[in-house]
Amino acid sequence: MKRRLLAVAALTLATTSHAADRMVTDELTKTECSACHIAYPPRMLPAASWEALMAGLKDHFGEDATLDDAALTHIRDYLVANAGRDDAKAVDAEGKPVLRISELRWFKHEHSEEVSAASFKKAGSWANCVACHAGAEKGQFDDE
Amino acid sequence: MNRTLAVVFSLGLSTGILADAVAAGPGQDAVIADYAEKAKLADPAFTGFDAAAGKAFFFAKHVGGGADTPSCTSCHTEDITKPGQTRAGKTIDPMAVSVTVDRLTDLAKVEKWIRRNCNSVLGRDCTPKEAGDVLFWLASQ
Repeated sequence: MKRRLLAVAALTLATTSHAADRMVTDELTKTECSACHIAYPPRMLPAASWEALMAGLKDHFGEDATLDDAALTHIRDYLVANAGRDDAKAVDAEGKPVLRISELRWFKHEHSEEVSAASFKKAGSWANCVACHAGAEKGQFDDE
Repeated sequence: MNRTLAVVFSLGLSTGILADAVAAGPGQDAVIADYAEKAKLADPAFTGFDAAAGKAFFFAKHVGGGADTPSCTSCHTEDITKPGQTRAGKTIDPMAVSVTVDRLTDLAKVEKWIRRNCNSVLGRDCTPKEAGDVLFWLASQ
């Protein structure tokens, strides 16, 4: 029961936020992150996840996404300062912060039974938000 | 005279040939000249870049990098006049300079992507010669 309530609370939090809250307002963050995927809204991951992710850009889900020190510091600080609320459950089996937004509970709830196999195949990856959310780069994800 | 110019001049004839062979603009020439300087520093026997070698390197299946990215073509496709796609699904503008005219004009950007992509594809840095050969070939396309 408690777990269920938490999930609902997380879901509500995710769905009621406005597009403005999901805008990436920092230009360097937008430029660098969006070279490979959309620049994900900072509030979609807790601060601990952003810290861990930005500390591991040498192996960023199999890619080298390293930045020079100045850019790294700038982007990390922006992401952490604007991160989502802390989430004690956003850890993996070893207790390390979850790095993939798509592994967070609210994301799974939002997408469960929503995405057909054909749609997912077309998108190719959970990272490809714009395949289904045309306005994702403007912070608009409520168009399902 | 700064060091860059001195080295470029010391390359002499070979650099002149490079400039003639590249159909791209001064922006690409400057980036390639910088890589020529790096190549010369790494190997005093360096005489110039080789477009055919660059093309072969671009198309080759390498080992040591990520399982999903054994080749430059894994993301850039086998037609560099067409857009590529990142593993996360984002479109990559064509690599051919004739199609994407501002390609290879920003040295910092080129260095960043050479560093990243060589590591993703080969699991190591490219030598300046390897990278320069590819840049030289792309600039001519």
